[in-house]
Amino acid sequence: MSTTVDTVTLSPSYTRRVAVHPWALAIVFVSFILSLPLIAVAGSFLIPAKDIWQHLLQTVLPEYIVNSLFLMLGVGVMTALLGIAPAWLVTMCKFPGSRMFEWALLLPMAIPAYIIAYTYAGVLDASGPVQSWLREITGWHYGEYWFPEIRSLGGAIAMLSFVLYPYVYLISRAAFIGQSICALEVARTLGCGPYKTFFKVALPLARPAIIVGLTLVLMETLADYGTVQYFGIAAFTTGIFRTWFGLGNSAAAAQLSALLMLFVIVLIYIEYWSRKQQRYYHTSSRYGFLSQKKLRRWPAIIAIIVCSLPVFSGFLIPVGFLMKWASLTYKSVVDQQFYILMWHSIMLAICAALLATVLALFMAYGKRQYSKPLTKIAVNISGMGYAVPGTVIAVGVMLPFAWLDRTIDNLFKSYFDLSTGLILSGTLIALMFAYMVRFLAVSLKTVDAGLTKIKPAMDDAGRSIGMKSVTLMRRVHMPMLRGSLLTAILLVFVDVLKELPATLILRPFNFNTLAIRAYELANEERLADAACPALAIVFVGIIPVIYLSRSISTSRPGHDVST
Amino acid sequence: MTIMKLIMSLFFSALIFTQSRAIAAEVNIYSARNEVLIKPLLDQFTQQSGIEVNLVTGDADALIKRLEIEGDNSPADLLLTVDVARLQRAKEINLLQPVTSEILSGVIPETYRDNGSYWFGLSLRSRVIVYAKDRVKPDQLSSYEALSEPAWKGRICVRSSSHVYNQSLVASLIAHNGVDATEQWAKGLVGNFARPPQGGDRDQIKAIAVGQCDLALVNTYYLGGMLHSELEDEIQAAEKVALFWPNQSDRGAHINISGAGVTKSAKNKAEAVKLLEFMTSDGAQAWYAEKNYEYPVRSGIAISDTLKQWGEFVADELNLDRLGQYNAEAVRLMDRAGWK
Repeated sequence: MSTTVDTVTLSPSYTRRVAVHPWALAIVFVSFILSLPLIAVAGSFLIPAKDIWQHLLQTVLPEYIVNSLFLMLGVGVMTALLGIAPAWLVTMCKFPGSRMFEWALLLPMAIPAYIIAYTYAGVLDASGPVQSWLREITGWHYGEYWFPEIRSLGGAIAMLSFVLYPYVYLISRAAFIGQSICALEVARTLGCGPYKTFFKVALPLARPAIIVGLTLVLMETLADYGTVQYFGIAAFTTGIFRTWFGLGNSAAAAQLSALLMLFVIVLIYIEYWSRKQQRYYHTSSRYGFLSQKKLRRWPAIIAIIVCSLPVFSGFLIPVGFLMKWASLTYKSVVDQQFYILMWHSIMLAICAALLATVLALFMAYGKRQYSKPLTKIAVNISGMGYAVPGTVIAVGVMLPFAWLDRTIDNLFKSYFDLSTGLILSGTLIALMFAYMVRFLAVSLKTVDAGLTKIKPAMDDAGRSIGMKSVTLMRRVHMPMLRGSLLTAILLVFVDVLKELPATLILRPFNFNTLAIRAYELANEERLADAACPALAIVFVGIIPVIYLSRSISTSRPGHDVST
Repeated sequence: MTIMKLIMSLFFSALIFTQSRAIAAEVNIYSARNEVLIKPLLDQFTQQSGIEVNLVTGDADALIKRLEIEGDNSPADLLLTVDVARLQRAKEINLLQPVTSEILSGVIPETYRDNGSYWFGLSLRSRVIVYAKDRVKPDQLSSYEALSEPAWKGRICVRSSSHVYNQSLVASLIAHNGVDATEQWAKGLVGNFARPPQGGDRDQIKAIAVGQCDLALVNTYYLGGMLHSELEDEIQAAEKVALFWPNQSDRGAHINISGAGVTKSAKNKAEAVKLLEFMTSDGAQAWYAEKNYEYPVRSGIAISDTLKQWGEFVADELNLDRLGQYNAEAVRLMDRAGWK
């Protein structure tokens, strides 16, 4: 068994020259800082809470675990189905609307999971318009017919899948686009039909990317609280907050969160193991123009159905109902304050997206150049925050910041007899830090996946013609990474736009965002009023989604050669 | 050492400068009450008093945690919550301080404020039974306790026991009837559920309207909100149900409060107390009833027509500390009873 692909760097002598490169050290340092909040949470194991654990084990814990596992399984399967097939279709085939589907399939990403849950519950509930209409035309009463219960485990799986499948779609599409045409053409000349080419060549080649997407989806599923709480599902996150808020034991709640991180370690390991199974460099770097197969009649109709199903269920239907509600309430909800909310949301999301991408580039690139077990572990750990509920992260963030502030305060008191109070806690700096802890995984995985496409041989070639590292990075790596970097920026942008719990707790005084306003109104069960801020999140999110989709289409090597 | 001092003073004076912008009188609030349900009142206060109000909203427990971690340095002067158990918890972990105010102790009835003056109730919220007008007659109903009777099998809807309103209600039952009796009751109630607990209080009312169940436990102001909703179907659903005040022949209906306490770290204590006093003024008290269909904590305040139509009621006079005290016990009990 060879070492993992990441470690196959070009020149062993180069890494040997510097035993521990400062870059590698910096990576370890950054990931240590970023894992401080998680360490603070895990540190809660030192506080005894035996009596509560006994109670949890005897009553509800087994159910939490089973439900969370089913949730992950369901969301994993459903997002794979909803994401991979359309990604392949829009990349390889041409059918009416295929260009539009390229970006439309990304739209559900802009909708927060709890908003889609509230919306669908309002629509499909026994008292909602669908069942009311059904009763009206049939004359049946409630209980005389069967209708799927929306507030159920199945319902939660559907809700989370509708908004999370774009991760799988986005990443697997990027992978399909990046595949060397030769591999696919060879498959075809060897007599593989389109289905065989897909299952035997394209899908296995894209597997690492797809698994990255699925890992992100599953981590987000584990961290979800809004949906499972509203649907009344006893999942792991519900348990954490019930233990904290209800039983009043934050130590036991933190211990439960640490247990949740074990789930994540298993996930990360599976991802790692799956990558280890194969090298996924293409042997040829010839990228011809991708000749898209034109679909007609039935195949075209089926393709349209496969692509429009996710767009309808994840975007058009919920947005349609939100717009109906918003039309009733916008007069009282949209005022000058509303634009300030919008500005806050956009500003936070842009800053966090840029920062997370720069950090990810720094870490993933460094890992590629100076791969050591330590740097690899460090990089993996710094991505763990993605699966931990935002509220738990927020508490973990507050602890080290409060400590730092106290230290500065004490120092100042002793030197100048002056109290500095809280300098960093309760500022946007603390919030930005929390975003990094929570969302670095997203940008890191995307950039990392992009880097693995760059064959070590390219570095060798570059060096052989005398390129320095910096030139190599600028002239060779950056153009190849452009798509991945844009993807990373977009993903974090949209995630921060939707982020709720950490923003809620860590923000400074008098600072609100669209997500907070939407949540507060929805939480007050004023769904109609929540529609306006929710729609604003969606529309702010759409702009970069569409822009990004365009640049991914043009990011394929060889794209401009043939057109 | 002098160089070190110089560098430090240069660096931190910049930071301190940014911190000490506020010279005008101000008060900082951590509020579990949503912004839309508090901001208009705070704006009125600023207009009247000239005191600036700074607000962070969030979940009560998260805000309490923030307060706890920030410690003495916390900028918060006032903690506002929408249930008494959280105030009690903040008091127990030493985050609040006692306040002496003749106005507050004069106008707020003793039942609705802390004995040691650590927290004060600002509005009342009652959890009651609502029933389907066409399927249930009010004389079939009597008390919370009676909801566990087999006659109601498959006819009751209620939200998850993770919600604090249910926890407080069960805590009050523990305080009155003891753990064992309440556990028996909870098991009976769970056996009567028409569907697994889900959704919010408004969803339970909608479920009655559509025939999924006949009874539900909800806070009164959700019914008020639905009756005045912008959505036609919410109004229609709310009109199909009626409100029943439980336990009127004995201890009275379960009461919770929204309230506030001055934090231990408060740097603007005088302003914080002034704000509390303002919130118990006639105008502010009427505002709660007008805007969110809650009951004023003071007696003799004119209430809205919606509240008038629900009539007078006997309120449970249980000492509210007990709700906080039995909260964890209530959660365990509901876990055992299978109330999800």
